[in-house]
Amino acid sequence: MTSKTVLHAKHLEAGAKMVDFHGWEMPINYGSQIEEHNSVRTDAGMFDVSHMTIVDIEGPQAKAFLRKLVANDVAKLTVPGKALYTGMLNEQGGVIDDLIIYFFSETFYRLVVNSATREKDLAHLANVSSDFDVTVTERPEFAMIAVQGPNAKAKTATLLNAEQQAAVEGMKPFFGVQVGDLFIATTGYTGEDGYEIVVPNDQAADLWQQLLDAGVKPAGLGARDTLRLEAGMNLYGLDMDESVSPLAANMAWTIAWEPEDRDFIGRDVLVKQRAEKSTDKLVGLVFEEKGVLRSGSKVIVDGGEGIITSGTFSPTLGFSVALARVPRSTGDTAQVEMRKKLVNVKVVKPSFVRNGKSII
Amino acid sequence: MSNIPSELKYAPSHEWVRNEGDGTFTVGISEHAQELLGDMVFVELPEVGDEVDAGEDCAVAESVKAASDIYAPISGEIVAINEELEDSPETVNNDAYGDGWLFRIKASDESELDNLLDAEGYSHTIDEE
Repeated sequence: MTSKTVLHAKHLEAGAKMVDFHGWEMPINYGSQIEEHNSVRTDAGMFDVSHMTIVDIEGPQAKAFLRKLVANDVAKLTVPGKALYTGMLNEQGGVIDDLIIYFFSETFYRLVVNSATREKDLAHLANVSSDFDVTVTERPEFAMIAVQGPNAKAKTATLLNAEQQAAVEGMKPFFGVQVGDLFIATTGYTGEDGYEIVVPNDQAADLWQQLLDAGVKPAGLGARDTLRLEAGMNLYGLDMDESVSPLAANMAWTIAWEPEDRDFIGRDVLVKQRAEKSTDKLVGLVFEEKGVLRSGSKVIVDGGEGIITSGTFSPTLGFSVALARVPRSTGDTAQVEMRKKLVNVKVVKPSFVRNGKSII
Repeated sequence: MSNIPSELKYAPSHEWVRNEGDGTFTVGISEHAQELLGDMVFVELPEVGDEVDAGEDCAVAESVKAASDIYAPISGEIVAINEELEDSPETVNNDAYGDGWLFRIKASDESELDNLLDAEGYSHTIDEE
């Protein structure tokens, strides 16, 4: 039995091709995922991300709990609304999930975690929180719509009231604000400007329709994947999982090493891995000829082997790009097994497109 | 239900064949196949002059989702290829039975056509998938 978001009928109305995504019936595309991708890069597109799990953390020890739970340090968050990306790790330093944490106060935070990992995430939160004076509350009464693209904010503004417009006016990246019934955040998963909007379930279809009427194009999971990959953003389950260190997943920047006495889960293992430089690293691969790099393909580098964790055709660049986990010694080139032959690829930083432009 | 023109012949591997009436046969992939594959990003075609055997993989249709081999439905010589697909592979999605054709074969044995499916037969194979 698959779950449906409250926007399910709107997807069918828009001609979506629906697929089972980890137990959720979600739109893979509404005709052409490449056209949807291009709408987000050049104008404005929107995604139903209501399947993602929203969890609120409240209580006197909310801050202390999160400082234990995740690799980044929520003590960095001092301005209400500021968000932080990080991972929650197991004792072996593997990534249980990646998540965004919004700070409202030192006794109230909001987490957005993945849908595919919902059950184990909630179990882990329950387990770790039992030592702290906090409440952990899932918020299934909310839907979430991501509006992304260079014109996303302007098109969204046309349907916000004066109070909402004032609240989001000039809001910096990675902030969120609750205004009226909407929680509006300048976060996303595309490498473009835009919002992620948390909306009560019973208002979601109306908001979706208003965005449609404002000229925002619906985009499915297919476009979401090519957009995030071009932007060099990890997908949990492919680019990292419980067996992978954040140091091997381009997530070192999401770890706060200072202060040294903050004992977050997984810290001991990461400190050792960091000192010994013992993990692989995540790099970008670029293949400018015909053919598409695919997840799971073997990568051959000087003195070792790696694996493509995510690969796709990049509609923005017109050729294929991939993320690959490879030995630290990897240089500027590698070879990939593609359809029974070896092809030469360029090794670059794991990020390809930002704000519509190539950054290779 | 996808469109399956009745005047064409089909291979179970989703290629269609159109008799041009001059001993040559145009080949493409069905509407159903392009729907399964999704947005096409590269099409690799054989070269004019290549000799192909029925059932031989002789082209590749690569979409955002997967690379898929295209098999020659009949034996013969490749006499034309659709060069437009080099720059516009999406034509296969937009017009699978028309401008999205792949290549044309001069049949070496027209009796091989009898091994292919008619529209009704092909429609049954799709239903069984």
